[in-house]
Amino acid sequence: MSGPDQDDPQVREAQANRLRAVWAAPTGWFGRWTDVNNNAVGNWYALTAGFFMLFAGVLAVIMRTQLAVPENDLVGAETYNQLFTLHGSMMMFLFAVPMFEAVSIILLPQLLGARDLPFPRLSAFGFWSFVLGGTFVAGSILFNAAPQGGWFMYPPLTTETHLSGIGADIWMLGLSFIEVSSIAAAVELIVGVLKCRPPGMRLNLMPLYSWYILVVAVMILFAFPPLIAGDLLFEMERLLDWPFFDPARGGDPLLWQHLFWIFGHPEVYIIFLPSIALFAMLIPTFAQRHLLGYPFIVLAAVGTGFLSFGLWVHHMFATGLPKISLAFFSAASEAVVIPTGIQIFAFIATLWAGKVQKSTPLLWATGSLVVFVIGGLTGVMVAIAPFDWQAHDTYFVVAHLHYVLIGGTLMPLFAGLYYYWPLITGKKLSDRLGRIAFWFVFVGANLTFFPMHFSGLMGMPRRVFTYPEELGLGGLNLASTIGAYIIAIGVGIVVLDIARSPWRKRAARNPWNAGTLEWLAYPEDENWGIRSIPLIESRYPIWDQKDFVRKVDEGRYFLPDAEEGRRETIITSVLDARPRLVIRLGTPSVKPMLAAFALGGVFILTTFHFYWAALVSGLLAFAAILWWVWTGTAEIPEKECKSIGHGIDLPLYGSGPVAPGWWAMFITMLGDGTAFGGLVFGYFFFWTVHADFPPPGIEGPGVAWPMAALAATLAAWLLTIAAREVHRRGHVALARAALVAGVLANLAACGAGFAGPWLSGLDPQQHVYPAIVWVLTGWTVAHGAVGVVMQLYALARSLAGKATPKHDADVRNITLYHHFLAVTAAATYPVLGLFPEVL
Amino acid sequence: MSSENRRLGTTLCAGFATGGCNRVQSAFAPFGEEAESSQLLMIVMTVGAVIIFTGLLLLMRHAQRAPEGSLSLQGGMRFILVMGGVLPALALLALLLFSLPAMRPIAIGEHDLKVIATGEQFWWRMRYEPHGAVPFTTANQLRIPVGRAVEIELRGTDVIHSFWVPGLAGKMDMIPGRANRMVVRATKPGRYRGQCTEFCGLSHALMAFEVVAMEPAAFDRWMAAERTPAAAISPPGRALFDDYGCAGCHRVAGHGADGTIGPDLTHFAARQTFGATTWNQESEAIAAFIRHPERFKPGVRMPAFDHMSEPDARAIAAYLLALK
Repeated sequence: MSGPDQDDPQVREAQANRLRAVWAAPTGWFGRWTDVNNNAVGNWYALTAGFFMLFAGVLAVIMRTQLAVPENDLVGAETYNQLFTLHGSMMMFLFAVPMFEAVSIILLPQLLGARDLPFPRLSAFGFWSFVLGGTFVAGSILFNAAPQGGWFMYPPLTTETHLSGIGADIWMLGLSFIEVSSIAAAVELIVGVLKCRPPGMRLNLMPLYSWYILVVAVMILFAFPPLIAGDLLFEMERLLDWPFFDPARGGDPLLWQHLFWIFGHPEVYIIFLPSIALFAMLIPTFAQRHLLGYPFIVLAAVGTGFLSFGLWVHHMFATGLPKISLAFFSAASEAVVIPTGIQIFAFIATLWAGKVQKSTPLLWATGSLVVFVIGGLTGVMVAIAPFDWQAHDTYFVVAHLHYVLIGGTLMPLFAGLYYYWPLITGKKLSDRLGRIAFWFVFVGANLTFFPMHFSGLMGMPRRVFTYPEELGLGGLNLASTIGAYIIAIGVGIVVLDIARSPWRKRAARNPWNAGTLEWLAYPEDENWGIRSIPLIESRYPIWDQKDFVRKVDEGRYFLPDAEEGRRETIITSVLDARPRLVIRLGTPSVKPMLAAFALGGVFILTTFHFYWAALVSGLLAFAAILWWVWTGTAEIPEKECKSIGHGIDLPLYGSGPVAPGWWAMFITMLGDGTAFGGLVFGYFFFWTVHADFPPPGIEGPGVAWPMAALAATLAAWLLTIAAREVHRRGHVALARAALVAGVLANLAACGAGFAGPWLSGLDPQQHVYPAIVWVLTGWTVAHGAVGVVMQLYALARSLAGKATPKHDADVRNITLYHHFLAVTAAATYPVLGLFPEVL
Repeated sequence: MSSENRRLGTTLCAGFATGGCNRVQSAFAPFGEEAESSQLLMIVMTVGAVIIFTGLLLLMRHAQRAPEGSLSLQGGMRFILVMGGVLPALALLALLLFSLPAMRPIAIGEHDLKVIATGEQFWWRMRYEPHGAVPFTTANQLRIPVGRAVEIELRGTDVIHSFWVPGLAGKMDMIPGRANRMVVRATKPGRYRGQCTEFCGLSHALMAFEVVAMEPAAFDRWMAAERTPAAAISPPGRALFDDYGCAGCHRVAGHGADGTIGPDLTHFAARQTFGATTWNQESEAIAAFIRHPERFKPGVRMPAFDHMSEPDARAIAAYLLALK
């Protein structure tokens, strides 16, 4: 088969024009905000996260000013507590994690030679959720209503409504909403890395940044859900008085600490690994050679991800847990040094072996390594339990964590900013201003945080709005405050540099002479991402593959055209990146924004106890999401296959594991299952702290109803599988009948699940046992109800002619959902019904 | 060994603290066995960290200056494995083994003193349970005998607090619904200070307590004195104390006041400070505190006594100061 003649400039020009038209950004004062392309959304995301970073930084400067001298009264206790709570919460939830996601949304398609991410509208949804939730949380301080329980929000201080105002609800609900959007972005990034790689880019040829994205996104997927489970229990206690953390009624404040730190410690690596990932991209460039030890780095990144889930107890060394478990977690915490060390020494070895090009990004990178190593060394110290008993919750830990986060997140991001700015804007930032800013930040960070090691061990606890003169901490604190102002000047210089950037002249393409795929990007704005999707044979194709850039630019690789006027990208297989499918991507749309605002409404209105309005908002969100999914997914293409060039024809429709949608469902449900696991953990946690559980005098939901619910759920599951199978074989009517029966079975399951605790009169306010039974029941019943919606959706798609036996993505995806539903029910109902009988 | 540690600690803090150096609340000024062993650990780890850090800086400098190709692929891989994997693993193993003995708690006998310390917003309830003697309760002050093991049971009532006397031992949380235990042994008499280290609300920063390590004989005398009811005095403030209902929350043993919600005031004046060590016991300050505690301690549980006249408040302050 002969493709178009890529030697003919006119053919190429026509192709480019079609691509340009298809990928054109929407215009108009409102229309432009409906854009979903990764370039636009990623940039908005990064700017918003950057703004929140500056906002949280200002809060820090106010705090440092208050602490400049002992017994200062610039701000009172209430304001100060809001300042430090919001500073930590914002830096974590509104800056570090979203910034990783923003940078990844910008870079990932470029790194993979894809035209966009697989679900552009999901990125837009995540962004609008982030803007709304972030503004809600950050804005609260302007109304003196910010949360003031610390970023860790330990109950009972935060669950007793007379001790904590509406700020606690703002924290829980506002940030839960953002966590949902973070998980959405994680799903997008995982599927992007696994399925959107260019042909030939086997896993071992992936740019390291994509490896890190994969690891970090998987960590988000497993770390955030336990916190969401905790948030759920927390709000149940605050809004409905279900006593999960109230010891007087069988609850235990420590459960929150476990759930929070199972999230909280991986969180540290979630925000640190992406920065290492930036190093892994820029260090080879400035050493002008391949990174030494690629397989070690991949193993180390994966290993760090795994280990980080086993360290959470080192945040709880002072809670009185058994000494033997402390020793174990001490050792596990120390073990994480090894993968970290491997990564750092791989960078040093690469610089050593290569020809080092001095540059501003490299200065930021090496400087941040120095800062990070100090934080790492103090991290080794605090991981030793007997030392931590002194250092814990003092300024020593404040010093430690800021060294880690400034050296491991903030400064690497500045390195990345100076490195990637030409890629994003086509212009370089000022090398000189960048160096000046570096020295301000570097000196300022050390002046601020080094003295804190001493003030902490000399008796200064964390989170104090003032300290007495007699402790003699005035000098150390004054030094810290001066340092904070110096950091602020440094950051200000970076902001100034960015502000001046539009007036700079355009930089050359690939100005640092890098070897990785993302530097194919044009300095001129082209939304299409890449002119043709290349065949990859090297980790550094620009350096290693002959005439690579020219061949990409001349459309000599795959998919150089948009003949049908659709946005398209290639889907490849997970391990060896063989081309499998061409998918049509979402175009600019207002639906993601609508869905985000309506869903945000649910969280925000609930905060103020406007439950009816929240319900209406929830229905709106439901409608918006249905509208979006109905019109935007599993579309039957106008032809079965299309040519991507070089004699390869790919299908335009996929269902099951070949399709990104199936993977998105699978990954989302892994996260959902993890949150559920958090709740089950809660049940058994309470069982371990109580001698009798269920407590004497309280009857459980019995055996019959839970078992009936389980049976009905399993019936619904089997009927859905049956629907998929008969549908695939062409028996459409039979498949529809099976779906109807499945709906009835699911409804029966919901009814029976609910009947158990309802008929046995379990009162969730009375004791933690009925409360946790109700939560598990509610979770499972709600998932059953979602199963009903999905079955009806698949039925409607079939009736509307949008699904056929050959085009069966919908029924396959809902079957996948029902696998997880069956597992959920198979865990919940025996735990509720049988477990109390067994004991 | 321990005195050398102390000297090093002093040098450290003299070197870095331009604002002077406290000896009352500092891990650099230990007066208990656990704090001494954690100080040794701290010194060893600091020395190790400085050596590693310096080595790493030199290495980074060398790596950036070395000419291209001065490290082969094989050499580089070996370098990464040895420096990043093998050496850290050995160093950490050594550190863990070295630190384990510091985790072993001090042995406690059944005749030793037990103190139940309860954290409350924002003060400390201290109940002493000496073996074979009548227990008694004080507030915001911990007295312990030098050289004897003391078991401290830590409890929380309202929210989570954390009990930290850096000179004595590491910290431990006070969690509602749970009881934690630590055993301490003071090595040096003196007056020290402890502070709450788990964020516990508005006045978390103001929740501290005095610690007095005493020679055993003096300690026993103090216990005997503390167990006696308040002196039989009747200054005008005593009646006012009753009239304003102070006894609803506070206890003054022997004076008919037996509230248990707030701090025990039986031997109030035997302490040197009030308001969880935040203010010195001066009658003006005490009187002002009684009328408007919320101005001193944001979020305090004690209600304001707006309707109390200043002379009344001063009279009550004088009464309290007479409770030696």
